[in-house]
Amino acid sequence: MMAMTHAGYIAAGWAGAAALVGAYAAWVLRRGRTLSRQVPPEERRWS
Amino acid sequence: MTAPTSTSPTGTPYGDGGASAATDGRAAPGHTGSRGSRVLGALALGSVALLVMYGLVWSPPDAEMADSVRLMYIHVPAASFLYTGCFITTVASAMWLRRRTPGWDALAGASAEISLLFAAVTLGTGSLWGRPTWGTYWTWDARLTSTALLTALLVGYLALRRLDVDPTARSTRAAVLGLLLVPNVIIVNRSVEWWRSLHQRSTLVKLDPTIEGQMLVALMVGFLAVGLVFTWLLVHRFRVAWLEYQSERLELDVALAERRAEAGQAGEAQGRTPA
Repeated sequence: MMAMTHAGYIAAGWAGAAALVGAYAAWVLRRGRTLSRQVPPEERRWS
Repeated sequence: MTAPTSTSPTGTPYGDGGASAATDGRAAPGHTGSRGSRVLGALALGSVALLVMYGLVWSPPDAEMADSVRLMYIHVPAASFLYTGCFITTVASAMWLRRRTPGWDALAGASAEISLLFAAVTLGTGSLWGRPTWGTYWTWDARLTSTALLTALLVGYLALRRLDVDPTARSTRAAVLGLLLVPNVIIVNRSVEWWRSLHQRSTLVKLDPTIEGQMLVALMVGFLAVGLVFTWLLVHRFRVAWLEYQSERLELDVALAERRAEAGQAGEAQGRTPA
């Protein structure tokens, strides 16, 4: 397998994007769980 | 509005992460997931795995940019869905100003927040792509500057939504700012045509794109993966915004009920006081 040129930039770009989106997704899910405990089930239309 | 009938919004939990039962007997998960969102999430994960294979393994290096072209498979789809998010925010803001229903306001806020996330990804990957191709991480080029201004506008919009004022006034002010997002997106998109720019022109708007083969397939997989991730995030963030609205409403109901009870007790005490 040939060595990739600009490997550091590519790794930083892909890993940075994945980390940012992953962290945001985790925050959204955690906040959803916290708020779900404060709202009655009938107000959660998707459940 | 009706007062909460069962448990306190700040007291006993309504959900326990999936084990509780709703009043109508159905399962009431204590989260923002549903069957549809789980299918969407699985599709998004699968397409991201496919994007990693196409973007980092199967697609060839570019003749001029060599392997740095692999950043394009995230950068271009992220920028496209930044535009999509701004479009959704503007439409939802207009609908809020017209109808005043909380769902539109929640959608506008959710979409703006995800747009800011995609703006960060666009600027970050673009900067990392610019260093090996242009020799600099940043330059005050028309496309880069207009994208930075759009990002600043999104930050301002989200800051406005967090002001501690009357919720309706807050949503209205944010909606007016939200209307400015699409005109800004047009400026960002057309900047490479209107001004001399270091940034390359659009390669996919024509029916005859200037990239082809495995690179085009990788870019299309990038659009699919980033689009599915964007949709999954929007669904969950919208539900969180809806829960925030309901939670705020319930807290207000409880506060009003407490004030009424206090006023009633004070009235009774006054009635009992001898003249």
